Amino acid sequence: MIKVEKLSKYYGDVKAVKSIDFTVNDGEILGFLGANGAGKTTTLKVITGYLMPTSGNVYVNDMNILEHSHEIQKQIGYLAELNPLYNEMIVYDFLEFIAKIRRIEGAAYKKALVRVIDQCGLSGVVHRQIGACSKGYKQRIGLATAMIHDPAILLLDEPVTGLDPNQIVEIRELIKELGKEKLVMISSHILQEIQATVDRIVIIHKGEIVADGTSQELMSGFVGNTQLTLEAHKVNDESLQTFAATHPAINVVKTEDLKNDHRILHLEYAKEKDPRTEIFKFAVDSGWVITEMSPHQIELENIFRSLTKEGGSNA
Amino acid sequence: MRNILAIYTKELKTYFNAPMAYIFLVIFAVVNGYFFTNTFFLFNQSNMRALFNIIPLVYLFFIPAVTMSLIAREKNVGTIEIVHTMPIKDGEFITGKFLAAFTLILVGLGTTLLHLITLMNVGMNIDYGAVLTGYLGLAMVGAVYTSVGTFSSSITDNQVVAFIIGLFIVLVFFLMDKMLIFVPASMAGIIQYLSVDYHFSNISRGVIDSRNLIYFASVIGFFLLMTARMLEIRKWR
Repeated sequence: MIKVEKLSKYYGDVKAVKSIDFTVNDGEILGFLGANGAGKTTTLKVITGYLMPTSGNVYVNDMNILEHSHEIQKQIGYLAELNPLYNEMIVYDFLEFIAKIRRIEGAAYKKALVRVIDQCGLSGVVHRQIGACSKGYKQRIGLATAMIHDPAILLLDEPVTGLDPNQIVEIRELIKELGKEKLVMISSHILQEIQATVDRIVIIHKGEIVADGTSQELMSGFVGNTQLTLEAHKVNDESLQTFAATHPAINVVKTEDLKNDHRILHLEYAKEKDPRTEIFKFAVDSGWVITEMSPHQIELENIFRSLTKEGGSNA
Repeated sequence: MRNILAIYTKELKTYFNAPMAYIFLVIFAVVNGYFFTNTFFLFNQSNMRALFNIIPLVYLFFIPAVTMSLIAREKNVGTIEIVHTMPIKDGEFITGKFLAAFTLILVGLGTTLLHLITLMNVGMNIDYGAVLTGYLGLAMVGAVYTSVGTFSSSITDNQVVAFIIGLFIVLVFFLMDKMLIFVPASMAGIIQYLSVDYHFSNISRGVIDSRNLIYFASVIGFFLLMTARMLEIRKWR
């Protein structure tokens, strides 16, 4: 379990993280989301013991980072954002070096090596120099480094950046698989990237936590209207006026006239009411021929954008 | 201890898997060979004084060049994050790095044994004790300069800056006892004691005095501890 308590980290005058609190439980996959420069990487660097907090503390399995950073580091596997690697080393030598420091030796080392090579799909590059590997392979080498000691906690800072769509799917599957028994924390600035993988989302903005919950919880807490696109033939002006008059709860945002009364209507209504059956009945009565009726889900993306609107880049 | 060994092995592999170490060794051997043989047959003396006088000078440029990448490069590329997020103590990290660079210097020093073989073939009444202590002194000076280089590599992420700072500090240590005429008499004793050359010349004359050994050990210790402080500071900044 990771418990972040009133954690602040300032770089000189720059307040990167301002007194944040959150916990991550064992067996949970947490998405740590924020625009670039929101404080994600700084938070992860403090949890890994790479940086010391300005104030506050981090507890990992009831040990605090100020006093037991080495004990904590033994339990954590970490993939850094920029994934720095010793480019001049051979992949095999590099993994061996990491394993030695992680105290995996002899038969255990061979087993661990086979496991990470299999999990991360590294079999083709083991004898290659790291600098000669592609970006995708380098990312997997970083992941293998984080997993070689089979840690209970995995911290992955933007793990899928720079991977192609197939690799992204593979890594997602791997993370899901790992998340069944491990605590996994993934940071990202792209919501779709992690939405499908994570159990819970924490959104950080300008060093402060602005949302914390499952994606369902975040969506239900969001106040807003549902939008619906309705495409129909034989929609004349008269019936459209009647429709607007008889359905005050539905707001006709915009109409697009195509030709011969073929129109696309953009409608909006409060999200707790679903007026689709009424619309259908009205259409039948007025002789409209509906060719498309599709409500737009409130996307988590919108919530993320509205929470992190000012400053930073909107992911 | 095992962490030191892991870092040490990795560093040595890095040195010897790249052309860097070989270029260093060849140039080091050629430069020393030139200066040694240049005067050896001229003076017609059965000792290695000429070599022992020139090597500390060659060290001045070579050792900062060998050590400049030790930590500065890790900072620049970011790989220091790998090391510092694993359970390795700063002291283990620095010791491993220092020993690896020192090993390369010793291998370099080993190339000059060729001249000893020459001496054994052509010389008479060779004072092997002085040769042995001379090499011990050279190893000590090499270790001091390596610790200085390790420190200068830790204060920046730019290897060129690390080289220049390293060169400057070792130059100060080298020149100290050559500047004695410019300092007030009351200071001269202290400055002389601080200079590397003073202690080196004691040892290379064949006298192994614990004062000299303590001096070398404490300068090495001082710079390695300063390196550890520099790494510690980063975490809190």
